[in-house]
Amino acid sequence: MGREIVIPFGPQHPVLPEPIHLDLVLEDEMVKEAIPSIGYIHRGLEKLVEKRDFKNYVYIAERICGICSFIHSVSYCQGIENIMEITIPDRAAYLRVIWSEYSRLHSHLLWLGLFADAMGFENLFMTAWRLREHMLNDMEETTGGRVIQGSCKVGGVRCDISNDKLASMSAGLTAIEPELSEMAGVFLEDETIDMRTRGVGVLSKDSAWDLGAVGPVARGSGIALDARMTGYGAYEHLDFSPVVISGGDCYARCRVRVEELFTSLDLIGQAITMMPDGDIEVPVRGNPSGEFFSRTEQPRGEVVHYIRGNGTKNLLRHRVRTPTTANIPGLVQMLAGCELANVPVIVLSIDPCIGCAER
Amino acid sequence: MTIEKQTTVVIPVDLLLDEVKKMHDAKYRLVQVGCGQFKDQIEINYSFERDLVFSNLRITIDKETQVPSVTDLYHAAFVYENEIHDLFGIGFFGISLDYQGTFIRTKDKHPFYNTINKEDSLRPEEEGS
Amino acid sequence: MSYLKKSPWILHYDASSCNGCDIEVLACLTPLYDVERFGIINTGNPKHADIFVITGGINEQSSVVVKNIYDQIPSPKVVVAVGICAATGGVFRECYNIKGGVNTTIPVDVYVPGCAARPESIIDGIVAALSILEEKRKAMKKGETPL
Ligand code: SF4
Repeated sequence: MGREIVIPFGPQHPVLPEPIHLDLVLEDEMVKEAIPSIGYIHRGLEKLVEKRDFKNYVYIAERICGICSFIHSVSYCQGIENIMEITIPDRAAYLRVIWSEYSRLHSHLLWLGLFADAMGFENLFMTAWRLREHMLNDMEETTGGRVIQGSCKVGGVRCDISNDKLASMSAGLTAIEPELSEMAGVFLEDETIDMRTRGVGVLSKDSAWDLGAVGPVARGSGIALDARMTGYGAYEHLDFSPVVISGGDCYARCRVRVEELFTSLDLIGQAITMMPDGDIEVPVRGNPSGEFFSRTEQPRGEVVHYIRGNGTKNLLRHRVRTPTTANIPGLVQMLAGCELANVPVIVLSIDPCIGCAER
Repeated sequence: MTIEKQTTVVIPVDLLLDEVKKMHDAKYRLVQVGCGQFKDQIEINYSFERDLVFSNLRITIDKETQVPSVTDLYHAAFVYENEIHDLFGIGFFGISLDYQGTFIRTKDKHPFYNTINKEDSLRPEEEGS
Repeated sequence: MSYLKKSPWILHYDASSCNGCDIEVLACLTPLYDVERFGIINTGNPKHADIFVITGGINEQSSVVVKNIYDQIPSPKVVVAVGICAATGGVFRECYNIKGGVNTTIPVDVYVPGCAARPESIIDGIVAALSILEEKRKAMKKGETPL
């Protein structure tokens, strides 16, 4: 029986692009308990609703996180639209789906790269990020922003994509698909990755449910939980089924994300084919009065924006429950009983986005 | 555009644990616990979901009320309860993992309770368009 | 910058950014932008670093950490603040927990504009930092103490 020691992990740590702090209680090489503490990048932006009017606040909502930026703005706008009973034009709804799925592609590729890097697989890291640039280029050509788009607004979207451009985007994605498949093959079949991820950081289906896990963490533990199933926006018209893998280990979570790349490609393809013509925004009059919990699916899982207005231009309350917050209890459970050397891989496997979690 | 129906049931604080237990037994998933201050009232929403049906339990309290923790039923609630404690200063009793106010460390204590009027002399309030 | 005698290594820390600038800093290291061709390597260890790249504004918690990391970097060192948040606090300037830009805590040599800062401008910023680093190195040789 070894001596118990506590190792602080983070906030500045080579594998962490963002600061999170964990106190790891160790017995020899075994982690007995992990206690997270956050707050290094807490900004308190929810409080800004009192200073910004609800239309301008979209920009703040988008900057909750620079990786899931577009979907945050969609969730926020959707919440306001629901309260004010605004129906956005179909074309806008489809454009939102396209940009959302592009965000998911770039976010998953980003994560796959970081995950490979955490295992020391530098080449794969570079490959994933090289492919990611394709998504960012398309984003930039259509919205003007690489990671922060600013193209979503209350009542629709700010800019249109011409049908020619849509066709060339679709062709571009078809062209890049073989490269994505090749990379996917490495993630799913490479022996070293297998050894580093299989059986590591297991979260059973029951505990995932009990601990309120969302997104790829839940789906990697065999729970079919995906907010896109609620059919928000244009998702109700698209043929979609969530990727669910059982296993609950790092490998399963990695597999969920790899396969979701192709779901996203498919969704973008469908949206482009079905793209209706028409306006991209409707005028917004008045101020929101009422409340709504707006749910959407981020790359990291379900996000909930609670919005409450009282008929003035400033909202009363905006609260965001981000997927990372929901996945922290699951992470604590995965870390208990693992080996110290596996900590970086496990922490990364939930795709922590601390910017989101702390707001 | 209505995306989904959401129900909210307002319950008194003493019934909280019973009601949450019912949800737990009915295999609902805890989506979030969120808090807001409206005038001097604090509202705490417990959101649940099952088969894509979204429902809320809501308690309305004042700042002094001690709220029973639901972490025995839903362990994951410790994240939310600690957060509410740190941001609003609401006391919870019986949290399974109690950070005693060190979960989110902020400059001011309980910044979300009552507006902090941070002086902004550099730029006046922008008027909305 | 005409030539460089040494390969400068950078250390990146996220003070309270929204991640937008963060991932763009990382994107600089990957094949499309590839700052490694200048001999620049991203390191996780402050003792190895010459250039300290910070994204995001300073908040109550991170100011201690930033100061701490800064002190651990050996001289000569250059600080690059990436993004509007790091320059002034950006959109979050009015948040109760934000102190302001990086210069509220440590001296900054180069500011990179943008929200999010584009990889091209980040590279420009780092290249500008290189010549400042060279100057500081010369000054140190002469026995002066650079900032
Ligand atoms: S400058 Fe913009 S993109 Fe960069 S961290 Fe700040 S809000 Fe995010």
